[in-house]
Amino acid sequence: MSLSHRDSVQLDEHGRLRHFLTIEGLKRDALVEILDAAESFATVGAQTVKKVPLLRGKTIVNLFFEASTRTRTTFELAAKRLSADVLNINVSTSATSKGESLLDMLHNLEAMHCDMFVVRHNQSGAAHFIARHVAPHISVINAGDGRHAHPTQAMLDMFTIRRHKGDFGALRVAIVGDIMHSRVARSQIHALTTLGVPEVRVVAPRTLIPAQVEGLGVHVYHDLREGLRDVDVIIMLRLQRERMQGALLPSEHEYFEVYGLTPETLAHAKADAIVMHPGPINRGVEIASSVADGPQSVILEQVTNGIAVRMAVMSLVLGRPPEAEEPRTGGGHG
Amino acid sequence: MAEAYSIVGGRLIDPEQGLDGNFDLHIADGRVLAVGAPPQGFEAARIDAQGCVICPGLIDLHARLREPGQEHKGTIASETAAAAAGGVTTLCCPPDTDPVIDTPAVIRLIRQRAEEAGHARVLPLGALTLGLAGERLAEMNELREAGCIGYSNAAHPITNTLVMRRAMEYAASCGLPVFLAAEDAFLSPKGYAHEGAVSTRLGLPGLPESAETIIVARDLLLIEQTGVRAHFCKLSTARAVQMVGEAQRRGLPVTAQVTAHHLHLSEMDLGYFNSDCHVQPPLRTQRDMEGLRAGLASGVISAVCSDHQPHDPDAKLAPFSESEPGISALETLLPLALRLGEQRVMSLPDVVARLTRDPARILGIDAGHLRPGAAADVCVFDPERYWTLAAEGMHSRGRNTPFLGWEFKGRVTHTFLAGRLVYQARD
Repeated sequence: MSLSHRDSVQLDEHGRLRHFLTIEGLKRDALVEILDAAESFATVGAQTVKKVPLLRGKTIVNLFFEASTRTRTTFELAAKRLSADVLNINVSTSATSKGESLLDMLHNLEAMHCDMFVVRHNQSGAAHFIARHVAPHISVINAGDGRHAHPTQAMLDMFTIRRHKGDFGALRVAIVGDIMHSRVARSQIHALTTLGVPEVRVVAPRTLIPAQVEGLGVHVYHDLREGLRDVDVIIMLRLQRERMQGALLPSEHEYFEVYGLTPETLAHAKADAIVMHPGPINRGVEIASSVADGPQSVILEQVTNGIAVRMAVMSLVLGRPPEAEEPRTGGGHG
Repeated sequence: MAEAYSIVGGRLIDPEQGLDGNFDLHIADGRVLAVGAPPQGFEAARIDAQGCVICPGLIDLHARLREPGQEHKGTIASETAAAAAGGVTTLCCPPDTDPVIDTPAVIRLIRQRAEEAGHARVLPLGALTLGLAGERLAEMNELREAGCIGYSNAAHPITNTLVMRRAMEYAASCGLPVFLAAEDAFLSPKGYAHEGAVSTRLGLPGLPESAETIIVARDLLLIEQTGVRAHFCKLSTARAVQMVGEAQRRGLPVTAQVTAHHLHLSEMDLGYFNSDCHVQPPLRTQRDMEGLRAGLASGVISAVCSDHQPHDPDAKLAPFSESEPGISALETLLPLALRLGEQRVMSLPDVVARLTRDPARILGIDAGHLRPGAAADVCVFDPERYWTLAAEGMHSRGRNTPFLGWEFKGRVTHTFLAGRLVYQARD
């Protein structure tokens, strides 16, 4: 009885993306469709006129309740390259600490005939909450909610992996670092397992591994060298400095000693393994500069790919054919 | 003129007297006059209870009425009316009102408002510590004199073990029980969901099982040392039930209750952030749910409470962890408990016992039975009637419940408080 209609909020009645809130529950075909669409957008950035007219006349609002220059910028660029109008709104969560004021803000934006909200929020489930309460003609893209999900980041990682490795069906992938607090890791795990990666590992000290994470289909390692053995893809996660105060780790120094990706630890992976990081990186904390800037690193490619993938997601969500569009009522949301 | 009723033709279940059979109930002047044949010449209004169960009015050990302090969510009048509609005639309210129940004046105010409303008996719990701050003891003797029936720090953990020991010792010397919430403040400073597979999937900060069991262990040791009569409120883990059961076998004066929703919902019901399932303690695993049910059936847990917490709509209109915890639950207490009978967890008379006789024993009050001479607090319900919970049909001001749309079997038809008909179903 828990799986009610409310849970499939991101799909429309035809099973197509109406919002993009989480990777969880999406079918493999839906993910491949995003990757294929991103492929077709990947060349737009290299053209003289870096624009396609797909979303001309649409208004997209970047609604950021949590600071993030890079994610916001790539969403903004993606929207502009699709010819949409973009509004950036940074909101302090204290201004909307009560639910009703958050909804008031959304309804005001709806009244201005916006078409899409790209939402970043520090609370897990915020994107679902907003998607449930927006007017029917508005789409919501989750740009990161609490520890829950960051689905476009995961898709750009998948896009980068596919470009380098081709087939997902023969890969070993290790995600290293603060799995506990990482929305990126959760979305990556869902994306990797959905796309058919047979072995996904998470590597971290026990304090940074969430309870029963094996239930997501991953293998847990506490030893970096073992965890990296023969993997094709290494995804390093950013370590937040406040984890030291929370008694989760003794020190950055010790963390780097045990879990830092260095040329020596990298040597345990396959020789052609790629090194990824959602950024921004802490050099000398989770990754050595020589590795971050080394030949196996694809970290900057990830940034570039982020724009194509976000263009793909926006166009798939907003570019619904006219007959699929619901009437613009401007109200009656519930 | 005093009201007099003969409730006839029903199945009367009174676990305290060991009664379960077709007996008529005769009440007059606020009291039970007779069970079975009426006294000679007794004339009264007849209530046909054919097909219904007649039992003592339900006793709910944990219900927040929101008054004083949060009248926009509910008032003593509105929420005791909901209690009457749910067959509840006596309820305990925890002391975390605003102001806190740490002065006799607040107790007197609550009792007075409840008497004025006249829908149910309200028994306040007094604060264990001043302002529930966990530092200085409240004036427990004064609170008892004003009419509190036990002491509690509500959901505010007493982290200082010495203060907890002193609070228990002092409460013991006042002769009243302590009502304990089991949550370690340090293990779960920002937890909103059971720490496990679902909290990991949803990225919700988790409350581990140990946040409950560690405090149960600590408090059991202190209960043993101080000899206070103690009652654990709202246990949520199977392990804690085991621990309380072991303590009871060792002879400790300890009892426990569980909420009706923890007997029917698990962490899986969070779905994708259903804030109506945001409760404290959190919904735990299926295994915990089964452990709670087994504990209730065996008698280790001797009461089912509603943990009624009505909210205004805005309280739940927020991302899960920013929504306020709690369910408006008085009107689903009985139907959820009756489900346990349907699901063969326990017999119907045992279900009734956990809602009447056993909570009365925990409180040490003369209630929860239909002996001649007892206050005529009576609940009549039709165990076969199907109905669906709808927001517009609720009497509480709070419509925050994950059970909207659930079909229940068993519905209250009449509630009597001290011989007065305080609720009668319209359909």
